Amino acid sequence: MKPLLELKNISTFIGPFHILQGVSLEVYPGEAVVILGRNGAGKTTTLRSIVGLQPAASGQITLDGVNLLGLPPYQAVRTGIGYVPEDYGIFDFLSVEENLLIAMWIEDKDTLARRDSVLDLFPALKDSYKRPASTLSGGQRQMLSIARALVNENKIILIDEPSKGLAPIIVEKVRDALLKFKNKSTIILVEQNFDMACSVGDRFYIINEGRTELNGPIQELYDDQELQRKYLGVVNA
Amino acid sequence: MHIFAMLFINGLAEGALIFLMAAGLSIILGLLGVVNFTHGTLFIWGGYVSIWVFGLSGNFFIALLAAIAAGILMGLIFERLFVRPVYGNVTAQILITLGLMTIFTDMVRLLWGPNPIPANRPDFIDGTWIWGSVIISQYRIFLIVIGVLVAIGINFLINRTRVGMIMRAGTQSPDMVQAMGINIKVYFSGVFAGGAALAALGGALYVPLVGSVWSGMGINNQILAFIVVILGGMGSFYGSAVGSIIIGLTVAMVSWFYPPLTVYSTVILLILVLSLKPEGLFGTAVRR
Repeated sequence: MKPLLELKNISTFIGPFHILQGVSLEVYPGEAVVILGRNGAGKTTTLRSIVGLQPAASGQITLDGVNLLGLPPYQAVRTGIGYVPEDYGIFDFLSVEENLLIAMWIEDKDTLARRDSVLDLFPALKDSYKRPASTLSGGQRQMLSIARALVNENKIILIDEPSKGLAPIIVEKVRDALLKFKNKSTIILVEQNFDMACSVGDRFYIINEGRTELNGPIQELYDDQELQRKYLGVVNA
Repeated sequence: MHIFAMLFINGLAEGALIFLMAAGLSIILGLLGVVNFTHGTLFIWGGYVSIWVFGLSGNFFIALLAAIAAGILMGLIFERLFVRPVYGNVTAQILITLGLMTIFTDMVRLLWGPNPIPANRPDFIDGTWIWGSVIISQYRIFLIVIGVLVAIGINFLINRTRVGMIMRAGTQSPDMVQAMGINIKVYFSGVFAGGAALAALGGALYVPLVGSVWSGMGINNQILAFIVVILGGMGSFYGSAVGSIIIGLTVAMVSWFYPPLTVYSTVILLILVLSLKPEGLFGTAVRR
């Protein structure tokens, strides 16, 4: 089977800093791949390089055979990528409804039906549908951000640290939502919360100092406490 | 009492003209984060082009459309060639737009000469209405109507259309708009050209009010527009509308009751507002 998304040895600079120094990964259709690593390892930059917000200087990025390297973000995304950034990327000046509408590439029957089913997935958004997004709680903002990535028929969804800054009870809700749509989508999940990563992911990649160092089935990582300690700083009681 | 009525109408008419300048300036600042000093030049070009086309066609509305077209064209050229490379660099924006202001203002002198050119109001709005002891200039009422129509149009565009939705989102995060699959640069160009068109329309409407067009008329109005933008709150469309009315009325009242203070009145007002509410009346500061 051919990978849906393939990164080959990508290199990305932010200003003078060489952040990604050789990230390679493959994501196959229908799987959930988790990118793990310590703070500053380059996980977020990897996602931003895929969508072109932090353009890679070299390497290769292909989605379903289409070369994404050098494309501006709006074109890269339109090849079929839903992007959920670390800070949610919610537009505070817009209502919840408008935040969903702005994400829709076309407003046809299928897209509107998809929006309705996404709202079924996140009932809290239905209650706040006409309200300004600025009034949403952290958890609701995260759900809106994920909902926006789902309204188009995307080939892959990139989600950056969905549990960050949320209360444990909200993290549970976000995890439940991810598990609900996991089987319908291909996902790349960047996550610091190891339990969340293990419950959602099928495979993992570990990025360390801007390079992919390790990958495999998530169960292998879950079972190997030495690896967890070495690369993620996870200390098990 | 009739004096107040006349000053009120005069003030609103002045406010409508300032609004045309300030609205574009404010939206450009809010969405693009660009401090644009070409607005006064676009105002002048709108005036000259309208007078020129009015002379050729004899039709005031064609002259206004020509001024708008000139504004759009110049706005697109300015944005694409000069402003786009310096997005995010305020110092460079100020220097480049000041340079453009100087060049294009001098170009007007080159094309139409250094002396003021007299301008007439179109016949159909050249008269006055007299209600009791109140004398009302038809042209000033026309300016108020245009100002209100433009304000309604911009309000509709911003709050009721997809374009407006993207503009509001772009004010907060242009990158995230791109991540929604939208080419924000097209909207940047459109907003810059739209703002330029408003400034040019302002110039075209200003000339018949004062009776002539000259190359120095842009700077005063640009300063007033900047005062309005700061007074109303940078990036706020409502702030521009309310600020323009306040400035227009202030200038009209002060110039009648105590003319020596006219020049200082707007600055004093600005100082007062900024000391009480530093973010301006509507306080939607630029979030970039």
